[in-house]
Amino acid sequence: MSRVLLLVGTKKGAFVLEDDGSRTNWHLRGPFCDTWPIYHMMFDDATQTLYASGGNPWFGPGVWRSDDLGNTWSHSNAGLTYGEGGPPITTMWHLTAAHGALYAGADPAGLFRSMDQGQTWTHVEGLRAHPSRPSWNPGGGGLCLHSIVAHPTDPARLWVAISAVGTFASDDAGETWTTRNQGVRAEFQPERYPEYGQCVHKLLLAADGEQLYQQNHCGVYRSADAGASWEEITTGLPSDFGFPLALHPRDPNTLYVVPLNGADKGRFVPDGRMAVWRSTNRGDDWAPLTEGLPAQDAYLGVLREGMAVDTLDPAGIYVGTSTGQVFGSADEGASWQQLCTNLPPIWSVETALLEG
Amino acid sequence: MAQVFFPRALAALIAGLPKVAECQAATVQELIATLDQRWPGVSMCLCATSADLRPHINVYVDGARATLATPVQATSVVRVLTAVSGG
Repeated sequence: MSRVLLLVGTKKGAFVLEDDGSRTNWHLRGPFCDTWPIYHMMFDDATQTLYASGGNPWFGPGVWRSDDLGNTWSHSNAGLTYGEGGPPITTMWHLTAAHGALYAGADPAGLFRSMDQGQTWTHVEGLRAHPSRPSWNPGGGGLCLHSIVAHPTDPARLWVAISAVGTFASDDAGETWTTRNQGVRAEFQPERYPEYGQCVHKLLLAADGEQLYQQNHCGVYRSADAGASWEEITTGLPSDFGFPLALHPRDPNTLYVVPLNGADKGRFVPDGRMAVWRSTNRGDDWAPLTEGLPAQDAYLGVLREGMAVDTLDPAGIYVGTSTGQVFGSADEGASWQQLCTNLPPIWSVETALLEG
Repeated sequence: MAQVFFPRALAALIAGLPKVAECQAATVQELIATLDQRWPGVSMCLCATSADLRPHINVYVDGARATLATPVQATSVVRVLTAVSGG
C-alpha cells in the first residue's frame, strides 16, 4: 500500500500530515524544527531523507534533516555564507535533490550545493558572478532564490528563478549562467520586456523534461525551448497574478495555478471563492476546479510553494493557504476536501510517497 | 576563565552545547571563535559577518552590551541573549 506524506512548512515550524493510504484520512504531526520559520520541505526518494529549509530571526539560515520521516531532526548551517565581505544570508528558501546533490536557494539570492546530504554546503559561485547581480533588487518577498529545477537526466543542466530578478539557466552544472526571460512581461519596470528584472513566482519543469512553465507576477508562461523564449498563457484565467504552480506528475500538458485577484488588490482568491484552475492543453484553455472548496467569504491566499502534487494515479493535488488551511484532492482536482484547518501561516506544501 | 551563558534555543540547536561554558579569550570575537572550535556552528549562529553579531543576538559582558570587539577578562561573565523578536 502506498501512503502519502504532506510536508507542510509554516511560519512556526514544520508539520507532517500522514495519510492512512486512502488519501481521505490524515494524521497531523509536528511542529518540528524547533518551530523555526520553514520556507520549504522536501523528501529525497533516493536516500529516504526529509529536509526542511528556513531562517530563524536570531540564528540565521539553516537546513534541517530527518532520517526517520520527521520524528527527529538535526540542523546544519555549515557553509551557508557568501564569505568575507558578502551579505549575510537570512533564509534558505528552497531545496531540490538531483543526481546525488542537494541544492538550496538563499535570500539574498544565491545557490548552494551539498554532496553529503545537507551536513555541509558549498556556494555555487557562478550565479552571483553573473554581470547582472549588482542590479538585483528584492521584491516584496525578499531577494529570494525560490525555484531550483534540475534536468532529469543531464546533471549539467539547471534552471533557477529569483524573485524580482528572473530565470537563469546553466548548462555546465552552475559554473556559468544566462538569463532566460525573453517574452516575459515586467509591468513594474520602465522597460516592459527587459533582459532580467522579471518577477517570476514559481518555475517548474514538466514530466517530459522538456517544457518549462512559470507563474509570474505578470502572467503565466510556457517555454518549449528550455526557457530561451516564453509564451504567455494567461488568457482564460481570472487574473494574471498568483504565486503557486503545480504540474501533473505524468502529463506534461496539464498544469494547475491558483490565481489571486491582483498584486494591488489584496492578493486573495477572486470574489472570496476558492478555486484551483487547471489546463490540460499547456495553457491554451483553463477551467476552475471548485467542488468541495469554500465558495463564499473565503479571502484566502496561497504562496509560491503552497501547492504540490503526488505521483499516484489519479494524482493528488494539495494546496496550503497563508491562513493555515490545507485542501486536498485525490482525483486530480475534480473534488476537494479540507485536510487541516488551524495551522500557522503555510509557506510550503510538498509530498512524499511511501511504499509498503 | 570567562563564564559564558547561552540561550536555551542555541543550546537546543547545536549538538553538545551546554547552557554554561568556560572559555578563555581576549575579546568577544575571539571567544566566539574559540567556542566554535569546540561546538561547530556557534559562530554561524551568532555572527552575521566576521565583523558583526547577528541583528537579533545580544551579548553582554559583565552586564554591559558588547560588540565583537569588546574585551573579555578571565573573570568576566558573558551572557548571550536572543532579542525580543518574532510575531
